[in-house]
Amino acid sequence: MTGQLIASTLRVSTPLIFAALGGMFSERSGVINIALEGMMLLGAFAAAVGTLLCHSPWLGSAFGIGAGCLLAAVYALFVIRLRANQIVAGMAINMLAMGLTPFLCKVLYDVTGSTPSIPIGERFQSAPLYLSWVLVGASFLWLKFTATGLWVSFAGEHPEALDAAGIRVNRVRWMAVLVSGALAGMGGASLSIFLSSSFSRDMTAGRGFMALAALIFGKWKPLPTALACLLFGFADAVQIRLQGVAVWGDHPIPVQFIQILPYLVTILVLAGFVGRSRPPKASGTSFQKG
Amino acid sequence: MRKFLQPVLAAVFGLAAGLGVTWIAGENPWHVLRILWGSAFGSSYDFGMTLFYTTPLIFTGLAVAVPFQAGLFNIGAEGQLTLGALAAASVGALWPGVPWPMAPVLAILAAILAGTIWGAIPGWLRARRGSHEVINTIMLNFIAAGLASYVTLYLLKNPDSQNPETRPVGTGYLIHQFGIFGGAPVSLALPLAIFAAVLVWILLWRTVVGYEMRAVGQSEPAARAAGINPAKMRIIALSVGGGLAGLVGVGEVLGNAGKFRLGFSPEYGFMGIAVALLGRNQPGGVIAAALLFGALHKGTADLDLETEHVTRELSLVLQALIILSVSAEGLWSWMKKRGES
Repeated sequence: MTGQLIASTLRVSTPLIFAALGGMFSERSGVINIALEGMMLLGAFAAAVGTLLCHSPWLGSAFGIGAGCLLAAVYALFVIRLRANQIVAGMAINMLAMGLTPFLCKVLYDVTGSTPSIPIGERFQSAPLYLSWVLVGASFLWLKFTATGLWVSFAGEHPEALDAAGIRVNRVRWMAVLVSGALAGMGGASLSIFLSSSFSRDMTAGRGFMALAALIFGKWKPLPTALACLLFGFADAVQIRLQGVAVWGDHPIPVQFIQILPYLVTILVLAGFVGRSRPPKASGTSFQKG
Repeated sequence: MRKFLQPVLAAVFGLAAGLGVTWIAGENPWHVLRILWGSAFGSSYDFGMTLFYTTPLIFTGLAVAVPFQAGLFNIGAEGQLTLGALAAASVGALWPGVPWPMAPVLAILAAILAGTIWGAIPGWLRARRGSHEVINTIMLNFIAAGLASYVTLYLLKNPDSQNPETRPVGTGYLIHQFGIFGGAPVSLALPLAIFAAVLVWILLWRTVVGYEMRAVGQSEPAARAAGINPAKMRIIALSVGGGLAGLVGVGEVLGNAGKFRLGFSPEYGFMGIAVALLGRNQPGGVIAAALLFGALHKGTADLDLETEHVTRELSLVLQALIILSVSAEGLWSWMKKRGES
């Protein structure tokens, strides 16, 4: 029972970890990424389509990553080049993904609800789980020990200093947002072709926002962020496990109360701990060379 | 001039880009546009349905606009309106015998109260715990959906129906429907929405609280220096927003269904974001934008039947594209510069 719960926690945390790492690069560079949810959703859809097309989860996730990048490029265009309000444009990107996925699903498969189911042999068994933790380590090393990783942090903390050093701030932010889209796309892919057997409508169910919460809880650092994802993943795993289980007497807890558990945990965690964590200084502001 | 021109141009850009999407999907954009227009304004019934959708969008547009003036982004209108409608329906189902003028007043107060509480929670969390209202309101939307589903299916289930809905409210609760729209459920909720917009205008531009809210929205340090309490203003702004969203329940429960139906809202809360932004977060603008999006929503509803590939989800795509066009500051200042030179 405990072993199963741990395994299930690790599995359902995977999409959150990819998305939260993605959000981390974007936010460390100074671009708030409310659009993670939409990038995940489009990534989940594209990965399912790609897998159905190529019969390989790896090629499928390449589709998901590509779709995440594409949406991230639209987002970057608006918030970096056109200086749109990051939260407003981010929400618009989410709505775009919410509308486009059923629309494209209808064009491709003639139904708006979900894609056809993917045979088990063509889905991921466990690869994304390992990959996500490898990326946690790689992100840590990259941000800490490489010049480009340092640029990302400076773009978010002291964009003027980075600019004075001759590095173009907005180019660094572009790269960070694209990486963010790629990771969110992979997060979406791990929802549709790793944790489930198809894409279904609005399947991200707020995970992009949970990833943001994990990121804040994890103080914008790779390992603490990943651990926060595990916490939310645990709430989700417990939720799945408790459905239909009688806890006191013969009465199972109504399923509605169990399903809201991860959302409740997210609010409580943010309320309890966020006071002590500080976002990158220039986060949310567009950079214009003076 | 820019004040009016920018939203109009943004709407045109968004619509054109959206029709471009339908063209890529293999439809004739002109054909799609004609269906949209005919379905939204073709008959008095169609126009009535457009107004029926406009009503909740005025409420949710205001629910986003008021907190926006205070620098907060209310993504939680969906949860707030769900609980508002549920509260109105619960009052009506639990005390069905209340007579007419008192009954709707009671239900309306319940709707406002439920929405206000659901708005005050993220307001309080932001003001006192510093956690971001965007994440909290999204989470509260899911929690509201869970609560509504529990109350509907376990506590107030309608025994005479297979659908997930509550028992009907007493007849004293139902409000007047206008007869001139060929049976479309346009009720007193529409004038109520316009009245709410007037009240919001008075609140924001003619009262001290409104002035202080806007001051916090423009610059927190400056507001603080002027002796304004930003935390208090944030809680008030999100509570007012929540109450306004809760009023969506009036048109739906008292003016249309006579009960709470799970999933009655086609994301009115999200549409409110587009309405508020296109309406420049001002009550008059919100009414105009709500009419546009009401028409789009009614129009896209018929696309499922009338076209091969285009579905009603096009409405969401159009909203997203319009929001993006409105928000592109750089584009607008570039156009302004070109216009001046």
